[in-house]
Formats: sequence, structure tokens, C-alpha cells
Amino acid sequence: MSAPHEIRFRLNGQPAAHACADERILLDLLREDLRLTGTKRGCDLGTCGCCTVLLDGRPTLSCLTLARLVEGREVTTIEGVTPAKGLSPVQRSFVEHGATQCGFCTPGFVLTATAFLREHPSPSRSEIEEAISGNLCRCTGYLKIVRAIEAAAREGA
Amino acid sequence: MASGPEEPYRLLGGRIPYVEGPLKVTGRAEYTDDIQRPGQLVGRLLRSPWAHARLRAIDTRAARALPGVLAVLTGERYPVPFGVLPITHDETALAVGKTRYQGDIVAAVAAVDELTAERALALIKVDVEPLEEYPDPQTGLGKVAEPIHARGLAGTNVQKEVVQQFGDVDAAFARAAHTVRVRGTFSGVTHAFTEPLVTVAEATPDGRLTVWSATQVPHYLHRTLSEVLGLPMHRIRVIKPEVGGGFGGKSDPLPHEIVCAALALETGRPVKMLLDREDVFLTNHGRHPTQNDLRVATDAEGKILAYDLSAVIDGGAWSSFGTVTTYYNGVLAMGPYRVPNFRYRGRRVYTTKPPSGAMRAHGGTNVRYTVEVALDRLAEEIGIDPFELRSRNALPPHSTTVNEFRITSTSFVACLDAARAKSGWDGKFRQLPYGRGVGLGCGFYISGSNSPIHFTPKMPQSTVHLKVDMDGGIAVHSMQADIGQGSNTLLAAIVAEVLGVDLERVHVQRVDSDVSPVDLGSYSSRVTFMMGNAARSAALDLRAKLLEGASRLLGLPAEELRVAHERVERAADPSRGVSFLEAVHAAMEETGALSASGSFQTKPLGGKFKGARAGTAPAYSFAAYVAEVEVDTDTGEYRVPKVWAAFDCGRPLNRLAVEGQIEGSVHMGLGQVLGESMNYRGSRLLNPSLLEYKIPTPQQMPEVEILLVGEDDPAGPFGAKEAGEGPLIAILPAVANALHDAIGCRFTELPITPDRVLRALDQRTKEGRRWKGN
Repeated sequence: MSAPHEIRFRLNGQPAAHACADERILLDLLREDLRLTGTKRGCDLGTCGCCTVLLDGRPTLSCLTLARLVEGREVTTIEGVTPAKGLSPVQRSFVEHGATQCGFCTPGFVLTATAFLREHPSPSRSEIEEAISGNLCRCTGYLKIVRAIEAAAREGA
Repeated sequence: MASGPEEPYRLLGGRIPYVEGPLKVTGRAEYTDDIQRPGQLVGRLLRSPWAHARLRAIDTRAARALPGVLAVLTGERYPVPFGVLPITHDETALAVGKTRYQGDIVAAVAAVDELTAERALALIKVDVEPLEEYPDPQTGLGKVAEPIHARGLAGTNVQKEVVQQFGDVDAAFARAAHTVRVRGTFSGVTHAFTEPLVTVAEATPDGRLTVWSATQVPHYLHRTLSEVLGLPMHRIRVIKPEVGGGFGGKSDPLPHEIVCAALALETGRPVKMLLDREDVFLTNHGRHPTQNDLRVATDAEGKILAYDLSAVIDGGAWSSFGTVTTYYNGVLAMGPYRVPNFRYRGRRVYTTKPPSGAMRAHGGTNVRYTVEVALDRLAEEIGIDPFELRSRNALPPHSTTVNEFRITSTSFVACLDAARAKSGWDGKFRQLPYGRGVGLGCGFYISGSNSPIHFTPKMPQSTVHLKVDMDGGIAVHSMQADIGQGSNTLLAAIVAEVLGVDLERVHVQRVDSDVSPVDLGSYSSRVTFMMGNAARSAALDLRAKLLEGASRLLGLPAEELRVAHERVERAADPSRGVSFLEAVHAAMEETGALSASGSFQTKPLGGKFKGARAGTAPAYSFAAYVAEVEVDTDTGEYRVPKVWAAFDCGRPLNRLAVEGQIEGSVHMGLGQVLGESMNYRGSRLLNPSLLEYKIPTPQQMPEVEILLVGEDDPAGPFGAKEAGEGPLIAILPAVANALHDAIGCRFTELPITPDRVLRALDQRTKEGRRWKGN
């Protein structure tokens, strides 16, 4: 194990610094060191998407990302897209449309959808399906998630 | 007891967003892995690489000596056998004497960090004598050299054999106008919930043990911890945080939960045991790999005369729910059709593979597939429409099956009518072009087990407590386990409906055995029915107290009062009333905080013969699904663009949740058709990851048109029945029968992968059978 050294990055809009070893993954840095537990650990293999964060605005699997690779970059977690009061339009739409069931995959979906809608404000259904295909959900069959994202797009999320 | 509330309901029957939704979409909902206790250790498991081996010696000295290791456990420390069913306690927390599958837990460590724990595992030396492996249940039906468990039947690996006969099956076949035989083969499938299995345990100096666990049945975990660890239940506190999906896979008390608690006791420090995804696959308890064989006899008009059914069920290393599974694979064929004569032989066989257990629509899925494919073939042979064959045989409401199931409400015929009309069946069946087709599959499932595990006639299946204090908030306690299906939301909505208050007044408390009254948890599709009745009863109790309080304030008899929205008022003159809060304060003047309690218990049902209670339920759900398929006959790939899902859950109390359950069930059932399969080489699981075990993607999901046609069930809360598991069953045969309509091939082996489709097409060509002109 390598000796920890400090990495500096932006986290949810604020400057952040943390000492970590070269092999430390971003997911562990977020969940264990910084206690940002909204980012979920589902498989540790890059297959489920529960650990999705935004790296410079793009959905990224934090379980496959070495923490040191975020040096100088912008990391956004579910905590970072949540307004100080209330919910973001995507979050509100997920609640209203019943797009959460067990909720474990939900932060990952919210981040994927938030980033996707920024780049595709008026997506087709198949574009939405494609965009979320890296996130697994076992509860909803995805249908209400797709509907929630469609509705959020209509409302200009 | 007062009835009520009166219709129309303010909340129930509508679309009620999940109460914990805002916490889940912001990442603020707390799951077990989010818990971090001061001084928490890391627990790790050493799993057996041998499928079947006698343990001669385990040397843990080097591991114990490693700095940072606080405890090393092996099987003899906590050898008390356990199991979810009291009659088949054949598991131990860690292997004792031998290992029974690749993945059996041989040793466990608690260490200061992950790396130290992994190093300690690597230092443990295990000396074994390898034994013959038995991955194939067929081998285990006869005598074997080294039975996996001593308790198997007479030197075999048979864990449970069920033999039942009702009526005269041979006579029925002798007079049958039509008979058909279908032999089904089913791979094992697993739950694939997104949240891994995880437990945190902490022993405290007051002599108590607290366990947080991703469990769907906190009460059985509580009992099992007490039995195995030798602590009285009142010294153990079980807490269920949010649970990231279960589908049956978190319903057994699982060995890692016990080991985690044991490590906490050994070390005096908090311990977290988080299983990685491979470990989750190895823990399994998913749907049993199954082979079944069904003969159906009908008269000339297609009236069912008899079923003659047998099944060999691959149990894996332990019993788990297997005795129930063995019964269910027979008796759940007893609906939704009247079957006057029935014979069943089911055998569940131990194998040296990861244990099978309960998975959504437990015991009802594979047998239903075989029945529905058989009926589709019969309809073809007799020359009647598949819908017609089913309606002719529908169980009538308020009837009794030949094995003495009491059927109360059924809207099965309405399901058939709705699915037929909405799908445009009459213009599609056998009329779509080659490669496209429609198929019908039906479903039937228990709405809660009438005789659950740990059934004691005097103890309710569900209890709900309510408490209101000066703030006017209503705290709700119950051990019902919301694992994502929305039971907290329903609990809150029922209480709010009966008391006339806004949903935001009602706070469903986290399951905590110190304060939550016992409910048997989320399995057997029991929660809406049983918790719902208990909640209604508790809320009516509280309402009576509020009316008494308001009665004193208003100077009117309580009988003249009713609850309205956030208010108690005179029924005959609504202008005379008080606010909810005024009624609360008046009611608590003498007693302080108001509390109320309600419970639900099932009354005995079923016949007098052995196994008669298996499959008895206070109500049953019914389903009729039509699936449409499009097959690429060059590649064997197919897609399911649309499903019409007609379902009888009685009155749907939260349409959003019922839809969610049906859509999620379609996803999971479709997975078992499209490709989900636990693949083995010998005893070794080949695909223990979500990369290699593929669940359907968003692109593979059909559009699902949901048709809720149920009428009020007489005993269900507000007329409701289950919608958690029954909705899964019908999709599998609907797709298979649609494939037949599309390409003229029958599929009796799941999953139906593209290579199997191509082989079936080749076979059809070889037989010279043309289909729709091709």
C-alpha cells in the first residue's frame, strides 16, 4: 500500500482536499473518508451504476475510478445536486412518478438523468433508455424511471 | 367495532407517492452499509473452495497472531443449527464437520481494516478430505456414497418428498377426450437486488446486542440470533434500516448475519459484514432449478378432468424454505382453474451447490409455466381459443378446490375479458405475420400464508401500534418490513384515511425490535393484507378515543360524531365540530399521550391431511397477461414490445405502488425467460456477477398496459389483496405461448435464449412443419 498523499479537487462546488493512497478508489474516498453516503456501493465491479457520480459533469462509476484521478477536477455527488431546500426538478419528478422503490439505485439514476438532461433537453424515449442503460434497477422495470425523466424534461429540468 | 371509514376514500385507491421518496432521491435514506459505529471493525468470511469436503483441521493460529486481528471464528464456536423453517434446522453459521458447497463459510475474522482482514483469511490453513460432489439432483434421488446431510431420506440426498392425491386421477385419464404432457426444465435464477447483503452488529456493556441488517424478515432474524448465540431475545435489538430490494433473498436468517453478531460479541467492538457481489450470488437462496412433468386430461369440451404432476427440485446445500417449496410446486397448480382430480409427487434434493430458497412468486412460477404451456397446447389440439379454454375452467368465487383451498373473491374471468379485449387478441392470435405472435398466460398466488412460519394460533401475524402526543403527529410502529414495495406508505395512508388527517401527520417509524410490535415481515405477499388489517384496526381504536374527546368538548354523544378532513364533527350538522388537534388534546387530558393498537390473525383453514395447510391463504390473487413478441428468425433474438397485464389484487389501495409491483414483476419474470440463469460447471457457479448474470435492460422492457379489474375482497383491508408476487407468474408462459404463435415452436426449457430459438426453428424445419406459410 502506498503512502497517502494529498489530492485537491472540487467537490459539490467547494474546494476539497484529502490524503489518500494511490490505490484508493473514489467510492471509498466519498463514502468512507468523507461520509458522503448517498453514493451507493452495489457491486464494486462497474456493473450496477449505484456508485455513479458526475466527474466534470459526466456520469462516472466511482468504484472504477481511482481517487487520485480526480485531482484538479470537479466531482458532484447526489448531495451536490440536491438543493439546500426541497428537491431538484429531476428528484421531484422521481418522487411524483414513483420512480423509486427500494431506492438503492436512485441516487445513481438521478445523477445520470441530471447530466443527460443538461445535454439533451428534449430527449426521445429511446435516447432516455440508452442514457440510463448503465444503471441497473431491479424493482421498477425502469418504466417509471423513464416516465419520470420524460416528465422532468417536459418541465425543463 | 366501528366500521369505516366511509367511501369515497380521500387517499386509498389513489396514486400515493412513496413517503420516503424524498429521502431516497437525495441519498439521505439510511441503508445498513451507511451505518458507521465508533471503533467499527471489518468482518470477512473465508468461503470454501471445495463443494463437498470433510473438514479435518482448521489452523487459525497465524491469523490470530496477525496484528490488527481481533477475532477469528470457526464452526464449533456457534454450532447450534438453524434454518428459516423450525422443522428443518440444518444450517450452521459456519461449516461444522464438512463443507457442502463452494461458498460455505469455513472461518470468519474481525480486523481493524479490510486489508488486515483479507491477510488474516489468507493465513488460515484448512485441511480437508474431498468428498464426492452431487451437483445433479437426479443422482441424489437414489442412495449415494456420502449424503450431503445425514437427515436426507434413507441414504439419499432427498430433503423432502411430498406425495398427494385427490380424487381418482387414473379414472379421469381413462375417460379423457384429450390429454397432453409437458416436461419443463428451469434454470435457477436469483434475486439480483441492488443492495448487497450487509449487517452491522454491536455488543454494548449493558449486556445487549444491537444488529442492523438488510433483512426483509426482522423477526425471524431476531429469533435465530437468539437461538444460535444463546442470548434471550430481549437482550438482542434488531433494527432494519432501508433495504435495497429483497424479492425473497433477504428473508432467510442468513449465516453472515449470525457471524457478524458473533464477531461483535467476541470482540466487544462494532463489526460490519458487507458481502461483495460474488458472495451475494453464492449466498443465493434464489428460485430452485426445477424439472417438472405434467399430464393434463380434459373432456371433449376442454373441461379439465385431472392433473398428474411431478417435480424434482434442486435445493442446493441447505433446506431453507425447501419444504414449503416442495409443496408449493404442486399445490399452487390448484388455481385459477377447477381441477377435480390431482396427483402430485414432489422431491426436493440437496445438491452441492449454493442453496435455493424463496424468490418472488416462490413455488408458483415454474409449475405455472408448465401448466399454461400445456393448456395452450390443449386449446390448439381441441381447436378452441386459449381464452375460451381458460374461461371454461375458471374457479368460481366462493368455492373450494379439491385440496381444500378456500377461494373467496376472484375476478379471474374479468382478467381474461380485459386482457382479451384490450390486447385486440381476436384480431391478432394466429393472424399476425410469421415471426410475430401473441400469447396468453395466467396467474394465481397466495395473498399471505395462512399458516406462516412460527405460527402460533394465539399470536397475531401482524400488530400495529399508534401513538399521538401533544404535537398531533401520529407515530406508527410495526415490524412490517418495507423493502421498497411501499408498505410504509400504505401503512401511513391507512392510518391517515381512517383518522381523516393529512398524510404528513403520520410518521412510520423504522423497524426496531425494541419498540416495533411483531409483524412477520415481507414474504408470502402478506403485508398489505395482514398489516393493512392490523393498521385499520389500530386506527379505528384511536379514532374511537378521538371521538370520545371531541364528544366532551362538543357536549354531544360520540355516536353522533364522525371524522372529516383534519376535523371531528357532528354527522348531522357538520358546522358543529372541533379540529383534529383539539380532539387529540381533549382525548389525552386524562391519560397523556394517546396510544392505540390493532392486530390481525388468520383463522385456521385447510383440510386434515398431511401438508393440508401449505398454500392456504386468506385470499388469492389472479392474473391474465397477453404478451406480444417479434422474433428475428435469422438470429433467434426476440423482443416483447407490449404486455397487457390484467390483475386481480382486489381493490388497489395505492395505484402507483401496484403499478410498480406489476412493472417490476414483468421485468423479473421476463428476465427468467430472456436469459437469466445460474450457470454451473459441476458444482461451480460460473456467473456470480451482474456482468455475467444479466437482468433485462430498459431497452428490453415492454410497454406494460395494466388492467386492474379486481373487486373488493371481503376480508382484505378496504377490499385489497396482494400485488407483490402474483404479478410475476403470468408473464413467463405468456411470452412462451406468444413465441409459439409467432414461429410455431414450443419451449419447455427456460431461459429461452436465442440459440434455443434457432435450434427449435431448425427442429421444426426438420420435422417439415410449416407455420403461417413458412
